[in-house]
Amino acid sequence: MTIAEIQEDLIDEFSMFDDWEERYQYMIDLGKTLPLIDAQYKTEDHIIKGCQSKVWLHADLNDDRVEFTADSDAIITKGIIAILIRVFSGQHPKDIIESNTDFIDQIGLKEHLSPTRANGLVSMIKQIKMYAIAYQTQLN
Amino acid sequence: MIDIEKVRADFPILKRQVNGKPLIYFDNAATSQTPQQVIEAIVEYYSKYNANIHRGVHALSQEATDLYEQARLKLQRHFNAEHSHEIIFTSGTTHGINLVANGFSGFLNEGDEVLVSAMEHHSNIVPWQMLCERTGASLKVIPMNLEGELEMNVFAEMLSERTKLVFFNHVSNALGTINPIKHIIESAHKVGAAVLVDGAQACPHIKPNVQELDVDFYVTSAHKMCGPTGVGLLYGKEKWLQKLPPYQGGGEMISEVTFEKTTYADLPHKFEAGTPNICGGIVFGAAVDYMNALGFANISNYEHELLVYATEALLKIEGLKIYGTAKEKTSVISFNIEGIHPYDIGTILDKMGIAVRTGHHCAQPIMDFYGIPGTVRASFAFYNTKVEIDTFVMALNKAKMMLI
Repeated sequence: MTIAEIQEDLIDEFSMFDDWEERYQYMIDLGKTLPLIDAQYKTEDHIIKGCQSKVWLHADLNDDRVEFTADSDAIITKGIIAILIRVFSGQHPKDIIESNTDFIDQIGLKEHLSPTRANGLVSMIKQIKMYAIAYQTQLN
Repeated sequence: MIDIEKVRADFPILKRQVNGKPLIYFDNAATSQTPQQVIEAIVEYYSKYNANIHRGVHALSQEATDLYEQARLKLQRHFNAEHSHEIIFTSGTTHGINLVANGFSGFLNEGDEVLVSAMEHHSNIVPWQMLCERTGASLKVIPMNLEGELEMNVFAEMLSERTKLVFFNHVSNALGTINPIKHIIESAHKVGAAVLVDGAQACPHIKPNVQELDVDFYVTSAHKMCGPTGVGLLYGKEKWLQKLPPYQGGGEMISEVTFEKTTYADLPHKFEAGTPNICGGIVFGAAVDYMNALGFANISNYEHELLVYATEALLKIEGLKIYGTAKEKTSVISFNIEGIHPYDIGTILDKMGIAVRTGHHCAQPIMDFYGIPGTVRASFAFYNTKVEIDTFVMALNKAKMMLI
């Protein structure tokens, strides 16, 4: 599936919920499906700065596609990163670089997009794109 | 007695909704809300008196100067300083601490010691670290116990003729502990050390009497006590303020300037370089008037009632642990629920219109002491209610259900 298709799916899934509670509950459940980072990468240099909770993110390039694994010590943050990984993991670096993140607004999580927000969603997206740029350079 | 309905009516922000729910504001230790009387003082200043002070010959400038100096007198009375020129207007607590730290750099030598308590806010640690780096003095930490109280017997042993300065907060921002400051000041003075007290967290609840405490320096911020941000004060004993060099150069702080030499202005102007926060200073006075009209005994009695009520209710939540259980504490409760990150709790509470602080509260050493990443901190003010606490406890139970 392309990034756009996965984003459409997420918008559909989140549109079923009437209130914030259901949306957050679903996000927390998604957090439980997060592909967990290997313990050896759970180090200081894999921590994303700008989050009040800790977020570790690791990337690998397999068959020209970027695979992300991650973890967080906070469950809502885990849900947020799980959504991002579902969208971006297994995609071609070029597609990741060119993608936009408008879907976050459409699934009702716009409040997390503020750059001053302590969960660092903006920092997570930035880090994901940085990995993609690095791998794209390798592929060129 | 606090007439809670009447008091709440003074605070327009309490009528606001957040995320579709009535706001419950439990982040008072970060900043307090502003009553209508204080808001009106701001409007009045800009509507009638706005002018630069201490230099104009025109009526407006004179009136603004009078109001600013009247505010200083009000603060002198409130803190019971001996002289009004012992009250220096600052931009806030951090500014006051830096002013003193900077001034002391000329007085410290290698081998001298600066003592600081283990429960300090970052703003009260960094300036002293910088001071010690500059002077070769060493920074020593007064330890605390698990309840969040300073270990006074260890402190007594740490004091010696090498001790030149002792710094600690009157009340801890992360734990709410009220420190035995009179005792600390007396002990420090016995070895000839000067004492600076950070009163930012105390002044919303307690009316400090600086002469009775015999404290050398006392700093605080207006925005924790119903005033505006960007203004605070440094109280210093006259003899100390005369000894300390000016912190910043500029207008207002000079008496005569030639290219050869500048003579500094008298106190308090020596430390008030440039155009000050005139409106802020005047309104700080209005905020103190507001709190004094309610009465600090009434305020602290009422808040203590809220603290006891909330502590009991929170401890009924299974897995909830309170950090900071000192016998003497203000209406601050720092806690965690087992297995849940404080950030998650704060996020869910926010969705329910409840404002709390989460994280390390700029007091990382305290969090390291307890071995936790942070806490949820609920801090109550005299305009909060038991009904709000009930809603808060219900919201916490709901958050717990969602998050475990």
